[in-house]
Amino acid sequence: MEPLGFFEIWAGVIGRFWPVWLCMAVIMGGSFAFKSRLGLYGRLYDSGVGMIGLGIVLFWVLTAIFPEVIATFGPLEQFASIKRKPPGTIEIETGVAAYFGGDNLGRDLFSRMVHGSTFVLTVAPAATLVAYMVGISLGLPAGYFGRKIDAVLTFIANLVLAFPVILLFYLLVTPGVRETAIPNVMSGVFFAFPIVFFGLLFHSRYYARPRLFAIQMAFTVVIGAWLYAGLVFDADPLGIVSLDPNELNIFAAVVFASSPGVFRIVRGLTMDIKTRDYVAAAQTRGENPWYIMLWEILPNARGPLIVDACLRIGYTTILLGTLGFFGLGLAPESPDWGSMINQTRGFIRIAPTIVLPQTIALAMLVLGLNLLADGLREQSLKD
Amino acid sequence: MLAFVARRLAVMVATMLALTFVVFTLVNLEPNLRKLALEQNNVRMSQDAVNIWLQEEGYRRPLVVRYGEWLGNAVTGDLGYSTRFRKPVADILPERLGYTGILAFWVMVIMVPGALIIGVLAGMREGSKTDRSLSVLSIATTATPEYVSGIIFTVIFASWLGIFKGVAKAGDVTFVNFTLPVMTMALYGMGYIARMTRASMAEVMTSQYIRTARLKGLSFGAIVVKHALRNALIAPFTVIMLQFPWLLTGVVIVEKLFNYKGFGWVLVEAADNNDIDLLLSCSIVSVAVVIVTQLISDVGYAYLNPRIRVR
Repeated sequence: MEPLGFFEIWAGVIGRFWPVWLCMAVIMGGSFAFKSRLGLYGRLYDSGVGMIGLGIVLFWVLTAIFPEVIATFGPLEQFASIKRKPPGTIEIETGVAAYFGGDNLGRDLFSRMVHGSTFVLTVAPAATLVAYMVGISLGLPAGYFGRKIDAVLTFIANLVLAFPVILLFYLLVTPGVRETAIPNVMSGVFFAFPIVFFGLLFHSRYYARPRLFAIQMAFTVVIGAWLYAGLVFDADPLGIVSLDPNELNIFAAVVFASSPGVFRIVRGLTMDIKTRDYVAAAQTRGENPWYIMLWEILPNARGPLIVDACLRIGYTTILLGTLGFFGLGLAPESPDWGSMINQTRGFIRIAPTIVLPQTIALAMLVLGLNLLADGLREQSLKD
Repeated sequence: MLAFVARRLAVMVATMLALTFVVFTLVNLEPNLRKLALEQNNVRMSQDAVNIWLQEEGYRRPLVVRYGEWLGNAVTGDLGYSTRFRKPVADILPERLGYTGILAFWVMVIMVPGALIIGVLAGMREGSKTDRSLSVLSIATTATPEYVSGIIFTVIFASWLGIFKGVAKAGDVTFVNFTLPVMTMALYGMGYIARMTRASMAEVMTSQYIRTARLKGLSFGAIVVKHALRNALIAPFTVIMLQFPWLLTGVVIVEKLFNYKGFGWVLVEAADNNDIDLLLSCSIVSVAVVIVTQLISDVGYAYLNPRIRVR
């Protein structure tokens, strides 16, 4: 059968993404109409760069939600007729076009790229979120109390930061490490931080209102314990939350690598904000230090932290790609972008386009996150 | 100043000790040792034979004792024996570091002036069209990791245009050989330095003494070159120094990508084969690079900017 031409390929690809376009139109159109009432998010629609970034990020988030609808094949289906073929080749058995060609094992690159977005867009934001909980829970006291606690925590953070990332991953994300208890211990420690964080958050403000506080704590403990059991021990009683041992290993390593950076930023912001008058006022009122840290300082540090979170999700995406590129941790057949790059790059001479979908997808997502961060920074400075 | 440097050196030594101990513990995990035993002897070795071999080679002694032994040797200059290359580590590392040094030198030569020029051009008229387009350009370069840009360059320049080679031979400094790896690495770091320079330049351009210079009737060019530039370049200095650790990670990726057999390649080989002594030496080198550049950037910053007095 005749392969598709350049315009037919792009028309087909754009058509396949219809649920994404539909949702994007609804979300962005709706937000644009009510932008004056949406605070910082709404003001993003006033900056060209921020809107482009938001559009790109939204595109990939929605793609990650609907991979089954968009992709033409399953991520692991192999077809001999599209093996290492250029974009637009028609698969003979099904008569469906492989829009971006096939990879070295005859799997459809377009479908794998679409399915790969799900892994990146779950692990990167989730790992960043946990890293933020760790960084905030340690950075606030380090910046607020200073002295010994600050010296010890800063030394530890600098230790981790002095490690070249690649070396860290080569040591921590290996089958050998997975046989030991290290990934479980590490993630056990990291996943405890969200529970501690929310516990402190509610305790410092609502402990004087026992009924409300009891409800909040019950929720924190139940949800925390449920996620904790599912993620760390892979023993979720409901069977919804589960993580493969290798994914747990990657997750723990990524959180470990990015939390010292968060710690530093939170510490710096805390040291700056604690000299403000409203903190002095709270101290004079005799508030608990944790109340001051979590309810006075943290909300006022949110601007830089949101911007940094966007950048950090982008950086985590790059890290996950690096892991895949070095073949660390992930299963070789997994459709994540880094592993795809690693497997196809040897075939550039035979089919130059074979590496392009996954590389461009990764660069596009990171670019979107960076532009979004730039737009947010620009808009938050206008206050 | 001397006390400051001395204290930093003490922290540096403590960091080194802690990190090498962590690396030592991790490479000596039981599964890693078993893997090493199988690789060094016979892959189909029985569990008992593995235990006997590990016992005989002294891997079964307490970890702290062996770490102390390794440390003693390393301090006196004996870095041990590489099980992967079957040569003393001291014979392998300097040569490979030299190759990477050449690569890093060219990256710096291209990256630093390029980034400073972009940053100054963008920052001298904040909000102008030049500023906006250069800023987006630098965001785009920071958003493209080496394994993405390197591959795209290989597809364009090696596969389609055929100008450069897709692999780089170590030690062969020619235009055809070196352009792609250098370009890939320089581009990734360039955007970040350029943005820092831009921010610093934009800040300096709004300061009082620039306004005075302008009111004196100096030309815009003279203001930028003679007055603004010197102060605007203090902040990027720190950033440039802190680029070395980034460069180290970049080197590992780029060397694997272009099959350039330098330090990064050795690190990957050592890690893949659980080559304990070599991996420890590699980590000493990389950690030393990070810490020394931090020290230089702190000291240099204080030296360049007399307003900052270090306690």
